[in-house]
Amino acid sequence: MKYVDEFRKPELIRKAAAEIRRLCDPKRYYRLMEVCGGHTHAIYRFGLKDVLPANIDLIHGPGCPVCVLPMGRVDDGLSIAASEANLIFAAFGDMMRIPGTRGSPLEHKARGMDVRIVYSPADAIKLAKANPQKHVMFFAIGFETTAPSTALTLVRAKAEKLRNFSVFCNHVTIIPAIRAILDSPDMRLDGFIGPGHVSTVIGCRPYEWIAKNEGKPIVVSGFEPLDLLQSIVMLLSQLQRKEAKVENQYTRVVPWEGNRAALRAMAEVFELRPYFEWRGLGFISQSALRIKPSYAEWDAEQRFHVPGIRVTDPKAAQCGEVLKGVLTPAQCKLFGKECTPETPVGALMVSSEGSCAAYYNYEHRKNSELTSLSLPA
Amino acid sequence: MCLAIPGKIVALDPRNEGSAIVDVLGTRRTIDLGLLQDDRPAGGDWVLIHVGFAMSKISEIDALEQLRLLEMLGESEAALQEVRGYGLDSTKDADSVE
Repeated sequence: MKYVDEFRKPELIRKAAAEIRRLCDPKRYYRLMEVCGGHTHAIYRFGLKDVLPANIDLIHGPGCPVCVLPMGRVDDGLSIAASEANLIFAAFGDMMRIPGTRGSPLEHKARGMDVRIVYSPADAIKLAKANPQKHVMFFAIGFETTAPSTALTLVRAKAEKLRNFSVFCNHVTIIPAIRAILDSPDMRLDGFIGPGHVSTVIGCRPYEWIAKNEGKPIVVSGFEPLDLLQSIVMLLSQLQRKEAKVENQYTRVVPWEGNRAALRAMAEVFELRPYFEWRGLGFISQSALRIKPSYAEWDAEQRFHVPGIRVTDPKAAQCGEVLKGVLTPAQCKLFGKECTPETPVGALMVSSEGSCAAYYNYEHRKNSELTSLSLPA
Repeated sequence: MCLAIPGKIVALDPRNEGSAIVDVLGTRRTIDLGLLQDDRPAGGDWVLIHVGFAMSKISEIDALEQLRLLEMLGESEAALQEVRGYGLDSTKDADSVE
């Protein structure tokens, strides 16, 4: 692990690492899943795997909204924009390079589509007001961290009777994805590092079934190295005591009950879809949000014709197995060959927070640099 | 999009009580306070911002540590770019509003 001394409380980091070694039973194997893509990124960036005993494996979960968005939804959004005259396609910067069948939003922009980056859904409203002769469609993605902001933006649009604005909603919820992973027959996880910022919104109660019904411990964690190591200590001590409960390591940001104002905004605007497709995991019931009929006028799926394009992931890509921890990224047949961050084939290579991209950028490049250095000149 | 960006509330927006002006590493922008209506922040408070909306109040120590964390994750430039991109102001120039 790099630069322990640069972090807050280095002595506590060393203490947590020692505690992990003490609690870790050398006769068994531990598979802990960090659900959130932000955690995956931090784990690689800080080299946390270097301080963990070899029999603790961190499995990178489904919490990267860009990675799990099916290509067909990108195609649907772009197809609406292509077939409507005077439509502005607005999306977060993260969306711009996501490949659709006929190219990314950025490539569509180069071919003449009016594509704009917005940094906040509220900015899409501002764009609509500044362009009254055009229609602004905001392509919304994200888990519960961004869904409340989209919800409040829709509340404002309705209150202001803004007629030239709509949302193409792709918001997903994290709990059903965890359930899908736990329900899978090849599941072999021992516990979860719970997402930090999603939990700011939903709180800790929605995880209780994981402990009660599935018997797996879950610890909601912050993003600093000390946070992640402390969360692993908390998971290992539950496992040692053969307990399974929900614990909150990130109390300085996450209230047990979540953010009620954010939950109210979501309940006002969204309802659950019967099912939604996730890249790498397939169709998961009640796993995504759609806009309620009372907001139909601002729902792009109600206003416009949606082709409902389906693009199946290439069979050779083993994203599902990597997501469930059956394979490590490098064990996938396509990893680092056909599938790289520059030319992503599978879901997990798409965003830098996807587990394969993170693994590629930190581990794979490091290893290949070492290999090339050791070769004779 | 997934970044949690700490900002210090410089002033509540006099024209719009649902928003405030924050300072993030010297950049001033308007953000939306609508998701903190149960626990409204005051001037001088620190908040964690997601896509232009304040999502939680945090202490100053934790805010400064979060800024350091973003730097170590190589994400502080992306965070600043996001904040600079917020165009939520009702006037063009947020910096002139104090």
